[in-house]
Amino acid sequence: MAVGQTRTERDWRMRLQDWLPKLVLSPSVAMTLLFVYGFIIFTIYLSFTGSKMLPSYDWVGFDNYRRLFGLSAWTTALINLAIFASLYVTICIAIGLSLAIFLDQKIRGEGMLRPIYLYPMALSFIVTGTAWKWLLDPGIGIEHTMHLWGWETFRFDWIKNRDYAIYTLVLAAVWQSSGFVMAMFLAGLRGIDNEILKAAQIDGASNWNLYRRIVIPLLRPAFLSAFVILAHLAIKSYDLVIALTGGGPGRATELPATFMYSYTFTRNQMAVGASSAVIMLMGIAAIMVPYIYAELKEKN
Amino acid sequence: MSVATQDSAVRTGRITRTFIYVFLIFFALFYLLPFFVMVINSLKPLGEITGGNMMALPQDWTIQPWLSAWSTAQIGVEATGLKPYFINSILMVVPAVAISTMLGALNGYILTKWTFPGHKILFGLMLFSCFIPFQIVLIPMARVLGELGLSGSTTGLILVHVVYGVGFSTLYFRNYYAAFPTELVRAAMMDGAGFFRIFWRIMLPVSGPIAVVCIIWQFTNIWNDFLFGASFAGLNAMPITVALNNLVQSSTGVKEYNVHFAGAILAALPTLLVYIVAGRYFVRGLMAGSVKG
Repeated sequence: MAVGQTRTERDWRMRLQDWLPKLVLSPSVAMTLLFVYGFIIFTIYLSFTGSKMLPSYDWVGFDNYRRLFGLSAWTTALINLAIFASLYVTICIAIGLSLAIFLDQKIRGEGMLRPIYLYPMALSFIVTGTAWKWLLDPGIGIEHTMHLWGWETFRFDWIKNRDYAIYTLVLAAVWQSSGFVMAMFLAGLRGIDNEILKAAQIDGASNWNLYRRIVIPLLRPAFLSAFVILAHLAIKSYDLVIALTGGGPGRATELPATFMYSYTFTRNQMAVGASSAVIMLMGIAAIMVPYIYAELKEKN
Repeated sequence: MSVATQDSAVRTGRITRTFIYVFLIFFALFYLLPFFVMVINSLKPLGEITGGNMMALPQDWTIQPWLSAWSTAQIGVEATGLKPYFINSILMVVPAVAISTMLGALNGYILTKWTFPGHKILFGLMLFSCFIPFQIVLIPMARVLGELGLSGSTTGLILVHVVYGVGFSTLYFRNYYAAFPTELVRAAMMDGAGFFRIFWRIMLPVSGPIAVVCIIWQFTNIWNDFLFGASFAGLNAMPITVALNNLVQSSTGVKEYNVHFAGAILAALPTLLVYIVAGRYFVRGLMAGSVKG
C-alpha cells in the first residue's frame, strides 16, 4: 500500500517535472507567436486591404503593391537604400578589417585605442545624428571652421545638397558601426593559429601575400557575420535619418523605414505603409533566414 | 626569426610600422572628434559657436547649457528640460531589462537542459524575431496597446521592450548554458532535485558573466530605442531619445547648439558609463549577438 502511494506520488511529480519546463517557457513562446508572428500576419493582411487612417478589412488584392511601386517616393527610398547600404557595408568592412589587421601587429597602446574605436556603438543613433548634424552644418561646422582657419574656398555642404546628402548618412553610420566590425575581425584574427602564419613565412611569403592568400580567406566567417549584421542594420535604419537629415533635403535621404512611418502615420495611407513594411521584412528575411538556419544546423 | 612572438608571427619594417601608427591614430581622432566637439561646445556661450570656431576651446567656460538642457530647455511645448524624460527612460529601462533577462535565463535553461521535440524550431522563431524590421509590427502594436489601455504609458513601453528583447536574452543564455555540462544537471535530477531547484542552485550561480552581458546589451538597446518611443510613448512616457530629438529639431526660436550638445551628452551618459565601466562585457555581448547565432 505504502509502496503504491509513493509510486503515484512519484508519478505525479515526474509528470509535473515534465510539464513545468514547457509551462515556464510558454509565456515567451506565446508572446513571440502573438506579438511577432501574429503581428506579421496581420500587417501582411492589411497590405491587401484598402486601409487608410484606420484598418479596414476590404480585400483589394495586390493593388497596394502596384501603387507602392508606382510611387516615386518609394522608388527614391529604394535607390537611396541601395546606395546607402552598399557603401555602408563596404566601407565598414574595409575600415574594420584594416583597423583589426593593424591593431594585431603588437601595437603599443592597443588597450587604449580599442575602446576609442568602439565607444560610438554604445551611443544612440539620435545622439550620433545630433553630433554629426551640427558638425556637417556649413554655417557652424567643419566648413565654417576651415574658413576661419584661412581656407576660404573650402566647401563641405553635402548635408544641404540633394545630390550628396545620402553620403553624410553613410559617414555618420560608418562612424557609429565600423569599430564594431573591427572587433569582429580582431576576434577572428586572434583565433587564427600562429603556426600557419609562421609556416608561410618560412616559405618566404611576403606580408601582403600572407594576408591576401592565407589570413583573409581564413576570416570568411567574420566577413559573413559582418555582412549579415551590417546589411540588416542598413535596412532597418530609421533613427539616424530622423536625427541627421529628417529624410531631406527634399527626399534625398528618404529610406524605406522613414517612408513606411510617414505613409502609415502622417499621410494616412496605412495599407501602402503596411506593404512597404512587408517588402522590408522580405529583404531582412532573405538575409537572416539562411544565416540563422545555417547557424542552428551547424550546432547539431 | 627567433623573436617571432606569441600573439603575431608577422614582422613589419619601420616604414610600415610608422604608416600603421599614423593610420590607427588618424582613426582614433576620427572617432573622438564628434564627442570632443560635443563636449567643448556644450561648455560655451551660444555666441562663441555661431560667431566663432566649433573646434576651438571655450573662452568663457560655462555650465549654463547643461543646466538649461537638464531643467529649462523647451521640449515640444513645455519648458521642462530633459529631466522628466530622463526619468521616464529610467522607469522604462529598469523593469524591461530585469524582466527580459529573467525570462531569457529561464528560456535558455529550458532550451538546453529540458529539451523537447521542436525546441530548435521554437528557438529559431525567437531568434528571427530579434532581427525583424519593427515597422512590420508597428500598426498592430499600436492597436493592441490601445485596446489594453496602455498607449502612451511606461507600462506599455516596458511590454513592448520585453516582447522584442526576449529573443536576444534567450539567445545569450541558451548559448551559454549549452556549454554547461548536462551530466551535472542529470545527476541533480537523480538526486531528486526539481526544475526550479536545479535552476536556482546549479545554473544561476554560474550565470554571472552572461547575466552581465545580457543586462548591458538590453540596457543599451532599450535606452537607445527611438522608434518604439516615438510611436507609442505619447507625451507622458516619452523617453529621452525622443525628447532629445524634439529639442534638436524644434524650429521655433534660436537654435541653441550648446544646449543641444549638452542634451545629447546627457542622453548618452548612462550607456557611455556602462561602456566605460564594463566595456569588456559590452563587446562580448555584441560578438555573441552576431558571430554566433
